Amino acid sequence: MSERTLHILADSFWKILLPGLKVTLPLTAIAFALALVIAIFVALIQFANVKGLKQLARVYIWIIRGTPLIVQLYLVFYGISGLGYLINPFLCAAFVLAINEGAYCAETMRAALEAVPVGQMEAGYCAGMKYHQIIRRIVLPQAMRTAFPPLSNSLLSMMKDTSLVASITVAEMFMAAQRIVARTYEPLLVYTEVALMYLAFSTVLTWLQHLGEKRLNHYQNTKKSGK
Amino acid sequence: MLEIKGIHKDFGEGEVLKGVDLSVDKGDVIAILGPSGSGKTTLLRCMNFLETADGGTMCFDGEEFTFGHIKKKDIARLRKKTAFVFQNYNLFLNKTALQNVTEGLIVARRIPKTEAVATGKKMLDKVGLSERYDYYPHQLSGGQQQRVAIARALATDPEIIYFDEPTSALDPELTGEVLEVMRQLADDGMTMLVVTHELGFARTVSNKVIFMEDGMVVEEGSAEDIFEHPKQERTREFLRLETKGN
Repeated sequence: MSERTLHILADSFWKILLPGLKVTLPLTAIAFALALVIAIFVALIQFANVKGLKQLARVYIWIIRGTPLIVQLYLVFYGISGLGYLINPFLCAAFVLAINEGAYCAETMRAALEAVPVGQMEAGYCAGMKYHQIIRRIVLPQAMRTAFPPLSNSLLSMMKDTSLVASITVAEMFMAAQRIVARTYEPLLVYTEVALMYLAFSTVLTWLQHLGEKRLNHYQNTKKSGK
Repeated sequence: MLEIKGIHKDFGEGEVLKGVDLSVDKGDVIAILGPSGSGKTTLLRCMNFLETADGGTMCFDGEEFTFGHIKKKDIARLRKKTAFVFQNYNLFLNKTALQNVTEGLIVARRIPKTEAVATGKKMLDKVGLSERYDYYPHQLSGGQQQRVAIARALATDPEIIYFDEPTSALDPELTGEVLEVMRQLADDGMTMLVVTHELGFARTVSNKVIFMEDGMVVEEGSAEDIFEHPKQERTREFLRLETKGN
């Protein structure tokens, strides 16, 4: 490795990692937390069969899943900017990512809720519990366990999708890399570097997923027995 | 204490219940027998509003209700007077045995936690599970799960417990322990309505037996009446076949 290559690597390491820690990760955390809230809400509306709202939920999911994330980002950010309003790119990115991921996670949650045996609901009623009590204390915890692996999947893919928000001027990890490439003309080197950083982030998240699953497994028999 | 008159239920493919009458006195242990599809489980589920009956009336502790026109609030109130034991136990899968028993006390009846836990332990002791407080359902055998379900039913001090084929999902060697607990309850004077295929249990424990077929009560009487001197040909045939099967 030439001295120049080493110099670029050393110089760019922090310049890429820092926006990763300061922008990519917080953006992922905020947007995903919000997406989860949206997902649970939208899934419960459908599960409870709330008239009117249920149709609204389906329309939301239809539109969001039917359009590309990058188009949604452009539409909201440049669309609103074009009207003459100044908006914070980071908040805009968090908002669009949350709305986008919320639609996918809502479907995951809906499937997980529907997978909880009907008898759980009936047993709750017979114990004298109210609908919302059964949902909160019995059904939702079980659904969260089922939904945990696919939700972790969504979290991973959203973390990587934050690279798209570079295009609406958010100075996250990928934008930092692009800037260094523009200066050094070393695309192979620098993009490999940023790819490895995404990989490192993903690895940590995957490890957290395993920890989470272990914690949640206490009431579930994962080694399915014969019965 | 509890009286049902003319209960009807149609799931859309013909009537499952065609006007069933039923009367339960305090301390009664009533066994409901009948072939599959006779409507006995539906009857039980309608009585606890897990299914909505299309017609008929219910009189519970002097209060009159019409099926299909009963308020949610009344349903909730009536359910607190009753308990239900399911064929497939339906224990809360995310709760331990003890939590299964205390859940309805703490959440639905707002009983202080320490008191609920004490009651819960007492009930689990009663069904012989004092060693299993902190076990999750998947860690228990079917018989143990059903006994937790019975403890859960008992804990709320119900006026009547409905049993929907409580031993049908169990291996033969596990039915005994559940029936033994139920026999104990009957001896303690608990009012019970039991849909069952266990003729032995119906014969020796219940004071009243109802034979249902095709959505109607074919014959009812004391256990002795039904088993020793059945009046209806259909009852005789059923008993003959069932006894042979066992």
